[in-house]
Amino acid sequence: MSATPSASTAHSTGPVSAPLSAPLDWPAEGVARVPFRVFSDPEIYAQEQERIFRGPIWNFVCMEADVAQPGDIRTAWVGETPVVVTRDHDQKLHVMINRCAHKGALVCLKQRDKQDSLTCVYHAWNYGLDGQLKTVAFRHGLKGKGGMPEDFDSTKHRLQPLRVATFCGLVFATFSDQTEPLDQYLGAPMSKFLERNLGRPLKILGVHSQMIHNNWKLYAENVRDSYHATLLHTFYTTFKVNRLDMDGGIILSDKKWHHISYAKRATLDQAGEYKNANVHSAKFESNLAGPELLKAWDEFEDGITHSIQTVFPTLVVHFTLNSLAVRYFVPRGVDKTELFWVFLGYERDDAAQEKMRVMQGNLTGAAGLVSLEDGCINEFVQRGSTTSPDKRAFIEMGGKVAESNESSRATEASVRGFWHGYRNIMGFN
Amino acid sequence: MAFGTATATLWDSIKRTMSTPSVTAHATHAVDANTHHRISTLFTQYAHCLDDDRTDDWPGFFTADGLYQITTRENEAAGYPIGLMRCEGRGMMEDRMLALKIANIYEPQHACHLLGPAEIHPHTDGSYHARSNFSVFRTMQSGDASLFATGKYLDHVVNENGQLRFQSRRVIIDSRCIDVLLVLPL
Repeated sequence: MSATPSASTAHSTGPVSAPLSAPLDWPAEGVARVPFRVFSDPEIYAQEQERIFRGPIWNFVCMEADVAQPGDIRTAWVGETPVVVTRDHDQKLHVMINRCAHKGALVCLKQRDKQDSLTCVYHAWNYGLDGQLKTVAFRHGLKGKGGMPEDFDSTKHRLQPLRVATFCGLVFATFSDQTEPLDQYLGAPMSKFLERNLGRPLKILGVHSQMIHNNWKLYAENVRDSYHATLLHTFYTTFKVNRLDMDGGIILSDKKWHHISYAKRATLDQAGEYKNANVHSAKFESNLAGPELLKAWDEFEDGITHSIQTVFPTLVVHFTLNSLAVRYFVPRGVDKTELFWVFLGYERDDAAQEKMRVMQGNLTGAAGLVSLEDGCINEFVQRGSTTSPDKRAFIEMGGKVAESNESSRATEASVRGFWHGYRNIMGFN
Repeated sequence: MAFGTATATLWDSIKRTMSTPSVTAHATHAVDANTHHRISTLFTQYAHCLDDDRTDDWPGFFTADGLYQITTRENEAAGYPIGLMRCEGRGMMEDRMLALKIANIYEPQHACHLLGPAEIHPHTDGSYHARSNFSVFRTMQSGDASLFATGKYLDHVVNENGQLRFQSRRVIIDSRCIDVLLVLPL
């Protein structure tokens, strides 16, 4: 099929990537199949940078808490592009490419900083927190000699800005003028659930990252895959934190880009299938020697005790028992992805509640009792599939279409939803 | 002088996690050679236990209510309480070891700890605080061997009926980023 950009991506900014040397033919079965080539082809990876990350979507860049005060500076990424996030003295947030207007050097090197302005170390060009060029060293030369030409106009040399929007303590940025407003991009059901989980003053409790050796889309699939969660992650199932025989469901956004998967622990009605299917995850029947690990309290009246929510392309919010975290992943190459974890609590938490969140911090992250398998499982897919670009994944659990399912999570509906959105934005029709 | 300042800083960061926060530091001198040797041997035995996959023995290096924590330099600097791993008491350590043996799924791997010399100071209550550096190399099934982590141990060591154990061992790794996953304690 044609790899021509679809109408919605035609206005993306930045370099336009070359057409694929060999067109990608998406299988006739549609979103129930995924050609393995999309995980290993450097040309497709380059097109994604243009059509997705520099295209008409909102990219999560950092937490508002990272840039809470005027002068706070945080470096981040939009796709592979390095960006700087700042808060100026009028409390306004700015996201700009971390690239000096002079020679293109990184302007900010530290992950976090606090300064009144930004200065490139190479030739000391100095920018305001809003990215406007303020001063150029030796602009008028020295002792009347040298300096910039008379027609040098400092207003024409600023850090390249992105559009910025925030919601529930999350900072988003987009390269494209065509991106719809953030509330429309998220849609009402997604916004409402983000508000449930993040809609009050947040407190960062911990951060780290892990380098996973797979294409970024394998992790995007992985977090949408409610089928695997209770099979691979033994800890969930054994301690009855999350099982498919609890009430739960899947909600997809209008464009199927974003999703929510949720479960209600109090509704567990143990299904024989876990035992009969001889799944690895049902074999571990021990009780915890340190049960305080799972000490939890009911935070919400809706009965939901486990949820994973995604916002296309690379944002995830999980809330398991009282463990709340934002995860986001940054592509580092066609077969490499950095997965970031931001563990959160609320400002209103008392000491006992914060302690429970801290102990439950053991469940997720790079060393998470529940989640650590995801650090390697996507790499196993990458290694298994990379030499077979012409073969494809089979994704028919729960049907062949991408629709919400509020009665069962034994489905790959959200994974198909991701591919629905991906094909549209990439023009792989 | 710098030595005293460094010691006070070290002690501050160790006592932050001790069960008796009321104790104050009077640690200004080094331990005798015999004690230094005994504590250094504890560190060596701990590392060899992990490198030789004797995971069942690992909780025994701690007191019953001992603390084991792995966090990052970034979290430590920001005062964030959630790092990568936190076990309060041997029970949670045993759960970790059981999970890595029969629950968690990961590619088989082996660790090799290289330890730096320890700076050890006695405390008036008969316990010791120590700081030492480490690097851990990891070898995968493919034969790929690489540097997995560098950082420092901040320890509080107590003498339980002649047996030295960790009341707390806090592992502060330098990088924010873990390659693939972390399943074996450091």
